[in-house]
Amino acid sequence: MSVLVLLAAIAVLGASGFMLARSRALAVADAGSRLHSLPGYYGWYAALWSALPGIAVIVLWLAAAPSLLPSLALAPGVAPPEDPAQRELFWNDVENLARGNFTTEDANDAVRSTAQRYVALRARALTGAFVLTVLLGVAGGAIALRGIRPTLAARVHVERVLRGALMLSSTLAVLVTIGIVLSLVFETARFFHTVSPREFLFGTEWSPQIAMRADQVASAGSFGAVPVFVGTLLITAIAMLVAVPIGLLSAIHMTFYASARARDVLKPLLEILAGVPTVVYGFFAALVVAPAVRDLGGALGLSVASESALAAGLVMGIMIVPFISSLSDDAITAVPISLRDGSFGLGATRSETIRLVIVPAALPGIVGGFLLAVSRAIGETMIVVMAAGLAANLSFNPLDAVTTVTVQIVTLLTGDQEFDSAKTLAAFALGLTLFVVTLVLNVAALRIVKRYREKYD
Amino acid sequence: MIDPNPGARWASREMQDHLRRRHRAERRFRRAGAIAIGLALVGLATLLASIAANGWSAFRTTEIRLDVAFDPALFEGAADAPPGEREAMLAGADYAALVRNALRALFPAVEGHQEVRQLTALVSAGAREQLRDALAADPSLIGATRTFWLTADDEVDLYQKGRISREVAESDRGLSDAQLAWIDALDASGRMRSAFATGFLTSGDSREPERAGIWGAVVGSFLTLVVTLSLVFPLGVSAAVYLEEFARKNRLTDLIEVNINNLAAVPSIVFGLLGLAVFLGFFELPRSAPLVGGLTLALMTLPTVIITGRVAIQAVPPSIREAARGLGASPLQVVLHHVLPLAMPGILTGTIIGMARALGETAPLLMIGMVAFVVDVPHGIRDAATALPVQIFLWADSPERAFVEKTSGAILVLLGFLVAMNGTAIWLRRRFEKRW
Repeated sequence: MSVLVLLAAIAVLGASGFMLARSRALAVADAGSRLHSLPGYYGWYAALWSALPGIAVIVLWLAAAPSLLPSLALAPGVAPPEDPAQRELFWNDVENLARGNFTTEDANDAVRSTAQRYVALRARALTGAFVLTVLLGVAGGAIALRGIRPTLAARVHVERVLRGALMLSSTLAVLVTIGIVLSLVFETARFFHTVSPREFLFGTEWSPQIAMRADQVASAGSFGAVPVFVGTLLITAIAMLVAVPIGLLSAIHMTFYASARARDVLKPLLEILAGVPTVVYGFFAALVVAPAVRDLGGALGLSVASESALAAGLVMGIMIVPFISSLSDDAITAVPISLRDGSFGLGATRSETIRLVIVPAALPGIVGGFLLAVSRAIGETMIVVMAAGLAANLSFNPLDAVTTVTVQIVTLLTGDQEFDSAKTLAAFALGLTLFVVTLVLNVAALRIVKRYREKYD
Repeated sequence: MIDPNPGARWASREMQDHLRRRHRAERRFRRAGAIAIGLALVGLATLLASIAANGWSAFRTTEIRLDVAFDPALFEGAADAPPGEREAMLAGADYAALVRNALRALFPAVEGHQEVRQLTALVSAGAREQLRDALAADPSLIGATRTFWLTADDEVDLYQKGRISREVAESDRGLSDAQLAWIDALDASGRMRSAFATGFLTSGDSREPERAGIWGAVVGSFLTLVVTLSLVFPLGVSAAVYLEEFARKNRLTDLIEVNINNLAAVPSIVFGLLGLAVFLGFFELPRSAPLVGGLTLALMTLPTVIITGRVAIQAVPPSIREAARGLGASPLQVVLHHVLPLAMPGILTGTIIGMARALGETAPLLMIGMVAFVVDVPHGIRDAATALPVQIFLWADSPERAFVEKTSGAILVLLGFLVAMNGTAIWLRRRFEKRW
């Protein structure tokens, strides 16, 4: 028995509530009274009364069961190990045993008895929840059914609940933001207990790999994130150097020079670039572009790292081209035709009109798009994970291997998993930095676009 | 007539030069635009061409024809064991020896431990399973000799596809000179063929390239998307309806709107961190499960679905709403009976595009542990699984050369799915789009 059974019970309760109430409302109507709402609304009214308590039970169950049940399952006299790591292991074993995932012969008695009690307790609690759902549902349904009379404004009640549900789902976006901020801030705060914010933000040594034993040299790791930030900026700068001219010029060319037929072909082609998954770009960067850059550099007598920032930046630039091009396109087409006509009327050529009239007029939109693209490049993960380096070199040379914030987050969090080490917490600190920077860039971009948009209307 | 501007004498040499310079600048500018588009298209073409060139051969595999003699000595006791134990005895028999004997029968001159090992290395370890399955299906094979097409090792496969060159020094390639000679002999006697790689499409992941397939990842991606869709569609549409039709203009709705726009631009990896901290850390849901992946991707695609949903709802003209109101419909009836059905094609288009993006997303799934090496095809949303883009990432990281081909092949499959989804979205838009 699981939560699915509860859901099924709720569905059955709701459906029967609907049927009963609707036929009752129809009977009332047949008896000659004029109903306030359509009969179906009486059905929905009763269905809500019988299903909502059950849904509340499920929510409670999901919220309380995972944290409450295990501690209740401990047999008297059995205590989980004091050491956090040991304790986690203990609960893992209990859970695996309870799920029947494996039958460890060597699981100790404490684990086994706890698992047994856990299984029994869970079954009992679920039965209890089931009974509660059914009882509350039947009671709710009965109340609703008894309340059905011609004057009952069933539609108003049902619509109120529905509107409430609509509103709740629109606040989910806010909840997600709060969730992001809280989870990042909490873990970051714990990280700053062991590493000072100053060291993190201004330190120039990044080697978070903690040694296996606590007494080993450099066991604490060092968490100065400046090389990581510099690497991110370097790759982003290369990407923007590629993407901005190509994106902006192709947007201009498509709007002012290309024939309608050419535009119909070119625009979707550019949009394909935006639809290619980033992991594909990453593979392309690692397989084709990085070796090509290295060979080219070798032919020119330069020493190029095989995971050079240049390769990752180039590919990221190509990825961002359609982004820049579509945002600049929007900004350019928003410039009133009258400006263009005025410029042509004064005898300017097309390129002069574009350079001296259109682009300056569209500049806020273009700058906004640029900022959004920068935020996109900073947060891009797969290309750099697959094509940039892991070692944090403090270098501005595009031919060196550098690492980025996103690469470090991925390497710190994949692989071994202790949730509490400074190493994993550092990933959250980097994540918070990333979140704040991209948020500032987005807000700035939206502000710029909004403030200057309607200047010419 | 009096010249109003005596300085601008159009016929003068300076003026003509000036004009010519301006026209030259115009042509330069135009050419720069064409070059920019050209560069972007060259990037796209190189990307697609290199993947297609590496990936097409992933759908073919090399097989070796061997006459396998099911030597009764290797199945001692299995024939007259009671039915219950017989399966176990058959499953536990030494199938490697069957392959080895079949190969040695072809090359009787091969002697010595090392040599024989090299010889048997031509056939994939998966061949044992092929033989085991054949025997399980037909136990009367014991004592008989049958001809089988057995999967070749990945190095042999690469050589047959021309991806390993003979010219490379022996120490730099995966096949020794002796092995190359055997392969040529097998090829000359018609014992090599290239077959459609069914296993690539139907099996799960494996450490051995010739046995690795994408089916596990495809199923994982599918389960993940089912979770995402079943959350994001109802929630996203409700939110869009509320914000567009019911929300009063106040600070709360302003906040919600700003929020949604900002969420849409948050890097995907941050959603992965959220999933890790909330779904795994707080709710203690199983790691690597499509359930958690789907939840995380749902949060990520929610803003996209809300935004496109709102655009679709906005496109329904007010006259429809007013007409319904005039006939006595309540505000909610107006929305549910009239606005929403008319906006549905647009909403579905937006949802499909959001799903396509979720399908190609990798970074958040790395955070919640969907990078585990999973051989089995997942059966439910709580099983450990991987997703197609993550599988691509994992294979791209593998050192074996044969995985380059597998990775590209998997990318082709992924791109195929994406093209299908986006094609559906475009078709929906064309078919149902209304101009009011």
